[in-house]
Amino acid sequence: MNRREEDVVIIGGGPAGLAAALSAREAGCERILILERDKELGGILNQCIHNGFGLHTFQEELTGPEYADRYIQKVQEKKLPYLLRTMVTEVQVLDDGRKRITAMNRDDGLLEITADAVILAMGCRERPRGALNIPGSRPAGIYSAGTAQYYVNIEGRMPGKNVVILGSGDIGLIMARRMVLEGARVQCVAELKPASGGLKRNIVQCLEDFDIPLYLCTTVAAVHGKERVEGVTLTKVDEGGKAIPGSEWFVPCDTLLISCGLIPENELTAGMGASIDPRTNGPVVNDRLECSVPGVFACGNVLHVHELVDHVSAEAEKAGQFATEYVKKWKVEGM
Amino acid sequence: MKELTCITCPVGCTLKAQLQQDGTVMISGNRCPRGAEYGRKEITNPTRVVTSTVRVAGHKDMVVSVKTASDIPKGKVMECMKELAAVEVTPPIHVGDVVLENIADTGVSIVATRSISE
Repeated sequence: MNRREEDVVIIGGGPAGLAAALSAREAGCERILILERDKELGGILNQCIHNGFGLHTFQEELTGPEYADRYIQKVQEKKLPYLLRTMVTEVQVLDDGRKRITAMNRDDGLLEITADAVILAMGCRERPRGALNIPGSRPAGIYSAGTAQYYVNIEGRMPGKNVVILGSGDIGLIMARRMVLEGARVQCVAELKPASGGLKRNIVQCLEDFDIPLYLCTTVAAVHGKERVEGVTLTKVDEGGKAIPGSEWFVPCDTLLISCGLIPENELTAGMGASIDPRTNGPVVNDRLECSVPGVFACGNVLHVHELVDHVSAEAEKAGQFATEYVKKWKVEGM
Repeated sequence: MKELTCITCPVGCTLKAQLQQDGTVMISGNRCPRGAEYGRKEITNPTRVVTSTVRVAGHKDMVVSVKTASDIPKGKVMECMKELAAVEVTPPIHVGDVVLENIADTGVSIVATRSISE
């Protein structure tokens, strides 16, 4: 087994992890290690090829990959160490208050890292179909919007040609436009609630620009098709979200994209015994972004789902500073 | 008078656009100068920045993200996409590299928005 010691270990190399690492170094933290599950740094920004990022942070409008690149360049300039394709499986709290991170990757095998402080920056994931209780069979052609976004924007594959989108969050709206630009037909976006959860600008530039209808108070009542999606039955819902009998209609399609919310990814957090706030699904933190486990800090979408990446970066910078202050204090006083 | 939603930033101001007698457009409701510019353009000549991807030579399942270096007329967006479908780039590619000039005869270049090393 590979063993190493660090001052601060940052779990996640997306926008939160990168900004936290840079600010920790700025604050004088010496031994920093970023652990990233993917094959590259940047996190979800790499597949968010649309623009609108960075207006606060850089006072200009960037695409997701460009925003990530600014941080990746700085991380490389400052030679901050990171490990890619590295999966963290557990964070334990040792008797002396330090943390032990168990991780693995192909080059090092099993890794055991001891750190004074940990910054949680794992981000969030999409609410899957299984969490939505959509009736019907399980044919091919049902994707979360973010998965479809990965296929189209990273791998260059089209998940389908004739699309219905459930959920009008920003990812769903942005994928509606993206699928149309790549030659697919987008039949409609169905939204359970009486208003879209997405930004107004995305309703305008992603739906209205392409004459894609947005049906409010509407959800998928059934998915049709055995091997492949052949269509969906949509239904109107009442104020309580219950289907209104007789309001159903059939929409032929080969693909259903689901964009129904994001959930902070906190298995590691809960695993070390940190308290989770049921309202945000993120850890409970104090005003120093420190969890109920001392020396463990959280920032970005793992803490709560943010609307703008600029806010993630700003929060992560603070987490980097607080973690560094903790480490310095720890080294002087012991704990 | 026409009501518009500004798409320049996530705030999404509601703009009121009024065509003046001298042919100019008056914009109100904007919280920044960019909103006024957007509103005027949206009335006279709507434009969009196009973000998309192009294929990478030698990589069957990899594309690189690109954008128009500035906004192009809205009516040219699908033509732009059609031209991009035929583009293939050879790595290394760096953020900001010009991938194609004068897309859809707009005079605007297509630039890479991410880097690919090998």
